[in-house]
Amino acid sequence: MSFAVVKAASYTLAHTPDFIPFGSTPTTAKARDDQEYFAALKNGLRSFDDVVNYPPNQCYVGNITPHQLGEVAQPWYQDAAAGERTGRYGDIMPQVEFYALLKASDAFDLVALTPEFIEVANPKLAAHPLLKRYTLDASKAMAATDMHAMLEAHKAEPLKMDGELVGIVKQAHDEDENLSAHIMLENLTVKATGVHAALCLEAQGVDLSEVEYIIECSEEACGDINQRGGGNFAKAIGEMIGCASATGSDLRGFCAAPAHSLIHAAALVKGGAFKSVLVVAGGAVAKLGMNSREHLAKDMPVLEDCLAGFAFLVTENDGVSPIVNTDIIGRLNVGAGSSPQAVTSALVSEPLNAVGRKITDIDRYSAEMQNPEITKPAGAGDVPEANFKMIAALAVKEGQLERKDLLSFVKNHGMPGFALTQGHIPSGVPYLGHGRDAIMNGEINSFMVIGKGSLFLGRMTNLFDGISTVVEKNPGVQEAAGFDKDEARRLVAQAMQDVAARLAE
Amino acid sequence: MDLENQKRIKDLAETHGNENVVVVLGGAEAEASGLAAETVTAGDPTFAGPLAGVQLGLSVYHITEEAVKEVVNSDVYEEQVGMMEMVLPVEEIASEMSQFRG
Repeated sequence: MSFAVVKAASYTLAHTPDFIPFGSTPTTAKARDDQEYFAALKNGLRSFDDVVNYPPNQCYVGNITPHQLGEVAQPWYQDAAAGERTGRYGDIMPQVEFYALLKASDAFDLVALTPEFIEVANPKLAAHPLLKRYTLDASKAMAATDMHAMLEAHKAEPLKMDGELVGIVKQAHDEDENLSAHIMLENLTVKATGVHAALCLEAQGVDLSEVEYIIECSEEACGDINQRGGGNFAKAIGEMIGCASATGSDLRGFCAAPAHSLIHAAALVKGGAFKSVLVVAGGAVAKLGMNSREHLAKDMPVLEDCLAGFAFLVTENDGVSPIVNTDIIGRLNVGAGSSPQAVTSALVSEPLNAVGRKITDIDRYSAEMQNPEITKPAGAGDVPEANFKMIAALAVKEGQLERKDLLSFVKNHGMPGFALTQGHIPSGVPYLGHGRDAIMNGEINSFMVIGKGSLFLGRMTNLFDGISTVVEKNPGVQEAAGFDKDEARRLVAQAMQDVAARLAE
Repeated sequence: MDLENQKRIKDLAETHGNENVVVVLGGAEAEASGLAAETVTAGDPTFAGPLAGVQLGLSVYHITEEAVKEVVNSDVYEEQVGMMEMVLPVEEIASEMSQFRG
C-alpha cells in the first residue's frame, strides 16, 4: 500500500483574557484569596492587537516561518511589527467571536448570552468568512439579572467581556460533578476551538464533507458520572462542520496524543480503512495563565492568554503532498528506559538506523515546540532547543556528528519554539503546516515529528511516553505494475508444460 | 518546585530525619535548579507550597555535579546522564547550586 499524505494543516488561536481566571494557576490563587496576584494579573493583560502582532502567534497561523521568527529580536512581546489575524494556516479569533462560537457549539442549551451581547456578536459572525454559517438566536437570550441568580447559586460559570457579565455556562446536572458548569465550560471550549481549527482547513480548499474519519486528540474528557471520559469530541465537532460522511473517536495520550494521532491517521489511510482522516484538537482552559505568576514577577505580560487549536488532514497518496513514512516510527515501548538518552535513542536514532538512515539525514526536527519566551521565565528552559541539543548529542555519541558541530546542528536542524503551552498543542505537529510548505517548495526533503507525554501526571504509572515519525517529500505516484494478461497466460502455459513433462518422465 | 513534590519531600524528611535525606535534582536549567535547592533548604521562595516558611536544610545536589558523579557507577552514569552532561549548562548549574549549601 502507498503511504498516506499530509494534505493540509490549520492552526488557530482564540484570545480569551476573561477566561484566564478559569486556568489552573488563577483557580489556585482564587482558593487562597490572593488579591495581589489578581491585581497584577489585571495589569498584565494584552490587547487583541498585541496578541495578533505577537511574532510566535504570527508564526503559528502561518504569516511568518519559524526561520523568520528566529530572526526577530527578543523579547518578542515588545515592539512587535503589525500582523494580520488571518494567516496561511488559520485565524486568531477575538473573545467576542469565541463566545459566539461557544454558543453555536452548545447542543444542550447550556450557554446563555445577554441580548446586548447577541446584538454585538451576530454582525461579527456574519462578517467572518468561516463563521458566517452560524447565527445566534436572539429570542433565546437571557437577562443579566437572571444570570446573576444562577451564578450566586453556583449553578453556572460567568462569561465576561472586560469584566462585564455577558453570558453564562450552566451546569448540565444538579449533582454530577462531571457535568458541572466548570467542566461544561472546559468541554464546550474544546469543541468550539476544535470547530474553529477544522473550519480553517475549509478555507484552504478542503472539502470537509469528504472526511471519512475524525480523531480528536486534546486533553479533556467528556462524559458523566458513569463514564467520565466517555467521549466523543470528534463526532461532536464533525457534526458542526459538515462532516456528514465521517465517523470518529477521541485519542488521548497527554502531550504526545497529536503525534500518536498522526500515526493512527496515516495507518488508517495506508491500511485502506478510510480514505481521509481529519485530526483535530481544541484548546485547554486549564493552561490559561499557567505560568502567569512567574511572568508577572518578571514584569512580563500574561502570554498564556489564548486557547489554541489545530487540525490536519491525512489522505490517500495524491502523488504530490508529503508522505507520512510509517516505515519510520520511533516508539518508547513500555519496557524502554526513561533516561533522556534512552528516550532520544528510541524516538530518533533507532527507527532511523532500522531503515539505514542517519540522524543528520533528517532535515528538520519538530519536538515539543513550546514558545521559550513562555517557558524560560518559569524555569523550564528552552524546551525545543533542549530537544535539538539532545538529538545532536546523540548524533555525536553515535559518531554521526563532530562534537564541534553540535550547536550548528541545533541551528540547522531545529527551529525556535512558537506554540502556546497548551499541553498537547506544542507536540511536534505545529510544524506540519510550515514543514509541508518547506517540502513542497523544495527547501527541505524531510522532517521528524516527535511527541512526548508525561504519563505520571495521571498517577497511574511513572512511565514516560513518546512517539515519532517522519514526513518527507513525495517520490511521486509509483506506476503500479500492470497486470499483463498475455504474460500471465504464457507463464501458466509454461508451468503446465513443465508439470506434464515431469509426469511423462 | 511543584507543590506535590514539596509535600513528598517534607513527608520523607519527617519520616527519616532531615540529616538522612539527600535531594538530587535533574532540572535542565540553572535558575530553576537554584530555586528548587532554595526550597528544600531555606523554604519555598514563592510561598505557595507546603515548604513555605519551612527550613528543612536538606543536602541538595544536581545530578551533574562532581560530588554525585563520584559516587555513581561510571557505566550507569554514562548510560543515564552522559548525553545530558553534553547538553546542560553544567558549570552554571554547579555554581548556582553551591550557593545553597553551607
